[in-house]
Amino acid sequence: MSILGNWVPRVEDPRLLTEGGRYVDDLRLEGAVHAHFVRAPLAHGEIRGIDVEEARRAPGVVAVLTAEDLGLGPLPVMGPPPMARPPLATGRVRFAGEPVAVVVAETRAQAVDAAELVGVDLEPLPALVDPERALAGEVLLFPEAGTNVCGEVAPGPDDEAELFAGCDVVVRQRIVNQRLAPCPLEVRGAAAAVGEDGRLTLWMTTQHPHGDRDAVAAALGLEPSALRVVAPDVGGGFGSKIATYPEQIVVAALARRLGRPVRWTETRSESMLNLGHGRAQIQQVAIGGTRDGRVLALSLEVLQDAGAYPALGAFLPNLTRMMATGVYDVPKVRFRATSVVTTTTPVVAYRGAGRPEAAAAIERAMDLFAAEIGMDPAEVRRRNFVAPDRFPYTTRVGTTYDSGDYPGALTRLLDALDYPALRAEQARRRAEGSTRQLGIGLSTYVEVTGAVPGAELGAVEVRSDGTAVVRAGTFSHGQGHATAFAMLVADRLGIPLERIEFRQGDTDEVPRGMGTYGSRSLQSGGVAVVQAAEAVLAEARRLAAERLEANPEDIVADQQGRGLHVAGAPARTVGWDEVVAAAGGRLVQEVDFAPPGPTFPFGAHAAVVEVDVETGAVRVVRMVAVDDAGTLLNPLLAAGQVHGGLAQGVAQALLEEFVYDDDGNPLTANLADYPMVSATELPSFERIVMETPTPLNELGAKGIGESGTIGSTPAVQNAVCDALAHLGVRHLDMPTRPERVWRALQDARVGAGQAG
Amino acid sequence: MQVSLRVNGEERRHDVEPRLLLVHYLRDVCGLTGTNIGCDTSSCGACTVLVDGESVKSCTMLAVQADGREVTTIEGLADGERLHPVQEAFREHHGLQCGYCTPGMVMAAVSLLNEHPHPTEAEVREGLEGNLCRCTGYHNIVKAVLAAAEAGASQPVGAAR
Repeated sequence: MSILGNWVPRVEDPRLLTEGGRYVDDLRLEGAVHAHFVRAPLAHGEIRGIDVEEARRAPGVVAVLTAEDLGLGPLPVMGPPPMARPPLATGRVRFAGEPVAVVVAETRAQAVDAAELVGVDLEPLPALVDPERALAGEVLLFPEAGTNVCGEVAPGPDDEAELFAGCDVVVRQRIVNQRLAPCPLEVRGAAAAVGEDGRLTLWMTTQHPHGDRDAVAAALGLEPSALRVVAPDVGGGFGSKIATYPEQIVVAALARRLGRPVRWTETRSESMLNLGHGRAQIQQVAIGGTRDGRVLALSLEVLQDAGAYPALGAFLPNLTRMMATGVYDVPKVRFRATSVVTTTTPVVAYRGAGRPEAAAAIERAMDLFAAEIGMDPAEVRRRNFVAPDRFPYTTRVGTTYDSGDYPGALTRLLDALDYPALRAEQARRRAEGSTRQLGIGLSTYVEVTGAVPGAELGAVEVRSDGTAVVRAGTFSHGQGHATAFAMLVADRLGIPLERIEFRQGDTDEVPRGMGTYGSRSLQSGGVAVVQAAEAVLAEARRLAAERLEANPEDIVADQQGRGLHVAGAPARTVGWDEVVAAAGGRLVQEVDFAPPGPTFPFGAHAAVVEVDVETGAVRVVRMVAVDDAGTLLNPLLAAGQVHGGLAQGVAQALLEEFVYDDDGNPLTANLADYPMVSATELPSFERIVMETPTPLNELGAKGIGESGTIGSTPAVQNAVCDALAHLGVRHLDMPTRPERVWRALQDARVGAGQAG
Repeated sequence: MQVSLRVNGEERRHDVEPRLLLVHYLRDVCGLTGTNIGCDTSSCGACTVLVDGESVKSCTMLAVQADGREVTTIEGLADGERLHPVQEAFREHHGLQCGYCTPGMVMAAVSLLNEHPHPTEAEVREGLEGNLCRCTGYHNIVKAVLAAAEAGASQPVGAAR
């Protein structure tokens, strides 16, 4: 029986549970010095001078260096070239916390102490926090660019009248998809050392070691082959660790310049300002349709806050655009987006990256439309789904969905909820004027996974002792690839999990790789691994067939991992040692698999919330998730991915927001002020699994990493709005914290009073 | 200052700076890097260890305050090859992903079950409020702790003997 599709506990866990992982800050490099960065104390200013003399004389200090001293090339820019980010601030600082200089000392404490002595003479410039103000261009972050606009998607004339022709109803809403801090439990870090051969090794927190190798080499003016990047255990990323960070480049440069190993780990307070943020969109959504519930047209305009330097955040609207119409067959669509720079932390990918924003817009719009025409939101959704017989289906924005069953997901969800009973309970509480009103929020979502095209490397080697080694160009940082990919090899070669080693994250050991993000790993790297295992099996069968004087077609892998034999005749087994010897001493296959296209997981989520109308407090009572990510390899791992995603969705809807004051000072720059979601704010989750295979790969697998967040966020937001709908509250932006809920209720009461 | 304590059953004696935090003592002086640091405001609980059998965020305590006491870290929890029931439950129920919060979370759970051998789900959530996890959504952590309670995990660990 195949191991695939089974609940297999992780092979990673015993080590993590008994000794803890081996993260960058756990590395001990002989003779290492410690780096600490001097950071901008304000959001925007011109650097008049940097006085490093006193710091250089401080105890234990090895070096104090500025951008001028290091002469490093800029980071890759997702916008106009003048907006490229230098690794240390040059000329100006553009967000609070931006690194300006680096102090290196014998101990971390000495480096921190000496950094206090560096005098940065800044002439303050006006901060620019509001992206809508950034559009006006009164304050420019990059005067040489002449604009704050760093990206546009489908700009064009305003043809709204034509768009909504024939609609009985058009509903409009401005929606803020607030800025979030990704908050992986491990902050950023790096360590670098030059080996005896003169070659530089850089250990770092990342999701994409090969991308870092290339980016760091470029900044240092090296050939990529002159640099080895090693990612040890990494404590979560959620998209925020895809990019190479300036400090990591500086640490690499320091190790070369000083000729000593260098270590650096930021504090959480530094991380909150320097690990990229997520979301940060202002959306203008308009949805039009008929009174019998048919949506005819959708307009979505996005203003993306990219933060101080255009990174992946500037690109997010492209992903929002891809998924703008969600699971619905919308005949006419208009999408426009503008990305702008502001004096805030740069925005990067965060779990979902542009797709949660799309789902939030369309799912709020569907509820607003339903409310306007007085129809149940479940029914409105049902009337507009892309039908299951229409796949592959190309939307009006040109995205081709591979497979799906959206009505099926909603039906399962409503059954699991006992939807009519919940609506009856809601009606009862409304009628009796209960303090604790019930809200039921639905979200039927589709998202795109593996959206970045390209080939991924998977290599499988079987050694003569019957063990196997898997090498992967993806990079697991919590997802469980060591288990998942070993399952694939075990299934094809019969070698048990405990005899399969997993290698990743070392650019010397794994020559190529695209990393792990965008829920891409199984459908790209996993398929490469399974194809490599099949190639190993094909070669092994041929070699075993010669020994057994049989047809290769009749040879199978022994399911106890001993080698190969003729099907049904395990008594005569050719051992792996013999096969490897016959292969010339090395039995290994590499596959670079380029998926023919992205895949589109989907599902239906519901949140049931209780809102205390006296205090504004919201409690999530139930969170029910129907998710379909194609064929599941290991349902245990898939469940874990969904749970984490659901929590992050609830967190955005209810709690989390990264806030600046008008002067660009961060107000939520540590974990005491930023309300990262904890166990008490969440219920246990209810899950229903669907499996509609994708035709795009032999595993039938889509990505499962981000669905939980994409589906749950609007479900919770819709639930809070639903709880208050009868009290005159039409829409609430996230996060729906008690104060916001309470104020909305007060405003609605005042409004109702005035109307009366 | 001289500090003398037991860490995972082993006598340790060191001359340390008075300002040295227990977590830095464990990581940098004892080389026990299983205990992680996740914040600088005592909010995340990644550094939770047991001191005389009770959970303590080791960033909230100076090394010298641990003088004469018994400290247990994740490295000292298993009985040789045999996992502690809480460790076993975390593995069986997929209560960890990236593993970074895990040592602190496991130690907090051990302490919780020592105090409340048969907690309700709400009590588990309340008890772990000071330990943040970004990967699991807490679902499987809660499940694991409840399963460990069911399996009778409440046995004193690292209590003063």
